[in-house]
Amino acid sequence: MDILNAFVAILNYIIVPATAYGAQLALGALGVTLIYGILRFSNFAHGDTMAFGTGLTILVTWAMQSAGLSFGPLPTALLALPIGIALTAALVLATDKVVYSYYRKVRAAPIYITMVSVGVMFVMNGLTRVLIGVDEIKFADGARFLISAPDFKAMTGLTEPLAIRATTAITVITAALVVWALFWFLARTRTGKSMRAYADNEDLALLSGIDPNRVVAVTWVIAAALATIAGTLYGLDKSFKAFNYFQLLLPIFAAAIVGGLGNPLGAIAGGFVIAFSEVSVTYAWKKVAMYLIPGYEPEGLLQLLSTEYKFAVSFAILIIVLLFKPTGLFKGKSV
Amino acid sequence: MKKLLLATASLALTAGGAFADEVKLGISLGFTGPLESMSPAMAQGAELAMKEVSDSGKFMSGSTVVGVRGDSTCVDSAAAAATVEKLITADGVKGIVGGMCSGETTASLQNVAMPKGVVMISPSATSPALSTLEDNGLFFRTSPSDARQGEVMTDEIMEHGIKSVALTYTNNDYGKGLADSFAAAFEAKGGKVTINAAHDDGKPDYSAEVAALASAGGEALVIAGYVDQGGSGILRGALDTGAFSTFVFPDGMVGGKLEADFGKEINGSFGQMPSSEGEGKDKFLAAAKAAGFDGTGVYSGEAYDAAALIMLAMAAANSTDPAVYKAKVMDVANAPGEKILPGELGKALELIAEGKDIDYQGASSVELIGAGESAGTFREIEIKNDKIETVKYR
Repeated sequence: MDILNAFVAILNYIIVPATAYGAQLALGALGVTLIYGILRFSNFAHGDTMAFGTGLTILVTWAMQSAGLSFGPLPTALLALPIGIALTAALVLATDKVVYSYYRKVRAAPIYITMVSVGVMFVMNGLTRVLIGVDEIKFADGARFLISAPDFKAMTGLTEPLAIRATTAITVITAALVVWALFWFLARTRTGKSMRAYADNEDLALLSGIDPNRVVAVTWVIAAALATIAGTLYGLDKSFKAFNYFQLLLPIFAAAIVGGLGNPLGAIAGGFVIAFSEVSVTYAWKKVAMYLIPGYEPEGLLQLLSTEYKFAVSFAILIIVLLFKPTGLFKGKSV
Repeated sequence: MKKLLLATASLALTAGGAFADEVKLGISLGFTGPLESMSPAMAQGAELAMKEVSDSGKFMSGSTVVGVRGDSTCVDSAAAAATVEKLITADGVKGIVGGMCSGETTASLQNVAMPKGVVMISPSATSPALSTLEDNGLFFRTSPSDARQGEVMTDEIMEHGIKSVALTYTNNDYGKGLADSFAAAFEAKGGKVTINAAHDDGKPDYSAEVAALASAGGEALVIAGYVDQGGSGILRGALDTGAFSTFVFPDGMVGGKLEADFGKEINGSFGQMPSSEGEGKDKFLAAAKAAGFDGTGVYSGEAYDAAALIMLAMAAANSTDPAVYKAKVMDVANAPGEKILPGELGKALELIAEGKDIDYQGASSVELIGAGESAGTFREIEIKNDKIETVKYR
C-alpha cells in the first residue's frame, strides 16, 4: 500500500505535470528548430507568435460559443484551432514578405536575421495586446478532469490523490498526433523531402530545381501551425496571458538547444528533459521517502534545490550539454 | 550687494512664514507612477482634514493650514527625496503626509526628513522594515505593518484549529516580508511551517512549486501572493492535483478575481485584508462625499488621519516646530482621552485648548503602537457558498 502511495505521489506531482509541460515545450521547440534548420536563424518571435495565434483562437472560440457551437466534452478551442492557424499563418507569411524576404535576398548573416526577429517579436507583442489585452483569460470549457483527486481517493482507498486533467490528456495526445504528422510529412511527402534537402544544402537543392519560395512559405505555415497549437494547448492547460508566452520563450529555446537545434527529434527530447528536470530536481522527496522506508521521518524536506532555482536547473543542463555535446543530445547544428 | 539683498529678502520671507497665520503641510504621494490612480483620493483625504481644521478657526489662535502636493512617484527613491527636499526647503512645510510606498518613504525619510528634522506620517507604507528603522521619533504611519498582518493571520489560523501549514510567497519585498513575519509569529505560537518557498510571478509553469509544497504537506496552504499573478497559478495547481483543500489568503489574494475564478472550489478557505469599518469610517465617507471625492479609495481615510494627527499634535504642543510636536503625536492618537472621529477636529482643538486629553480615532480607528504605527484593523473573510464573506473585523 505504501509503495503504491509513493508511486501515486510521484505520478501526480512529477510525471503527469511534467509530461504535459514537456509536451507543450516540445511543440514550441519543434517550431523553433524547424525555422532554425530550414531558414537558418533563431526565431525569437516564436513565443509571441504563439501568443498571437492563441489570441486569435480565443476570439474564434468566443464567436463559436456565442453561436452555440460546442465540441461535447472537448474544449471548443480545438474546433477553433484550424481557423486560428489559418489566420496566424497569413500573418506570419505577411511578416516574411514584408520583413524577412529582404534579408534572405541580401543573404544577411543569421545573427542579423535573429536580431530582426527580436524586432518582429516586439511588434507581435504589441499586436497581441491590441488584439486581446493583457489580462489573464481562461477559455477552457468541456470536461475538466479525466480523474479527479477526490474520486481517485474514493476509488482506490489510497491516501495520495491522483488527478489527470482533461486538458493534460488532450495536450499529450494532440502533441503526439502533431509530431507524428510532422515526421510523416517531412519523411514521406515530396514537399517534406524538398524541405529537408533545402535544409541540408541550399545550393544543391536550388540546382536540383526546388523552388525556394515554396519551401520558405511551407516552413512558415508549419511553424505558425505548431506555434498556434502549442500556444492553445498551453492556454487550455494553464491560462492565457500574453506575458507568459514571452516567458515561455526561454525554456523553449533551452529545450531546442539541448535537443540539438535543427533536429526535430531533439526538440521533442529536449522539451521533456527540461520539463522533467525542472520538476524533479526541485521536488521535495520527503513524502515519498516516508512511504518507501517505514518508520523513517526525515528532518528536512529531502529537496535538492529549492524551487526558486528551477530555471537554473534548465540552464545548468543547457551549459553541460553545450560543453560536452555542442550540437545537442541529438546531433543538431552547432550554435 | 544684490546677493546680500536677495539673501536678506529670502530670510525675511522664511522668518515671516513661521509667524504668519498660514501653516503649510507637505503631501508627498505618488501622483505619477504605478499607484497614480490611488493618489488623488489620498491627497484629497489629507486636504479635507486641513480644510476642516482651517475652517474651525480654533487652530493655533486662528491659523489656517494648507497642503502642498509633491510627487513621490512611488518607485523612484531619488525623485521622492528631491520632492521632499523641495517641500521642506522651498515651501517650508512643517510636516509631511507621505510617502506612499515603502522604499521611497525610507529613502526620503533617511536622506531628507531626518537631517532636516521634519515629521513624516505615511498613510500607506506597510513594509515591516520601517518598524525598526532609526527615525529620531520623526516617522509614524497610519497603516499597519505587514508584520501585524502576520500576527492576525496566525490568530485566525489557530482559531481554525490548524497547527501546520505550508507557505509560499511571491518573490518580492511584500511577499518575503509578509511570509517571514507570518512564519515567525506562527512558530512563536507553536505552529509548524512545513515549507517556506518562494514563487516567481508571471512564470509559465508552477508544477514544481506545487509539487514541493504538496510533499512538505500541512493542513492548509498559505499563499502570500497576488491573485492576478503567480498566486492564482499556485492555487490552480494545488487544487487540481488535490494537494491542499484549505487555503489562507492574505490581502494580495483577496479580490473579485479569486471569487470569480475559484469561488466554488475553495469554500471553507479564509483570509484577511487591512480594512476598517464603523462610525469613524462612515463619517469620513460622508464628509468625503460632501467635499466631492470618493472616500472609499484605498488609504484615503488613512491620509486624512495622517494630516489630522500632525495638526492635532501641533495644537497639543502649541508649536509648529516638528522637534517639539513630534512627541505629542502618540499622545493625541492614543487613549486616554475623549474619542475623536472625522468631522470633530474642531471639537478636538477645543478640548486641547482646555487642556484635556484626546484619543484620536479618525477614519481608520487609529491606535499607534510600537514605534508609531497603526495597530490596524483587519477584515477577516471566509469563502462561503462560493462567495467572499466578511466574518468579522479584528
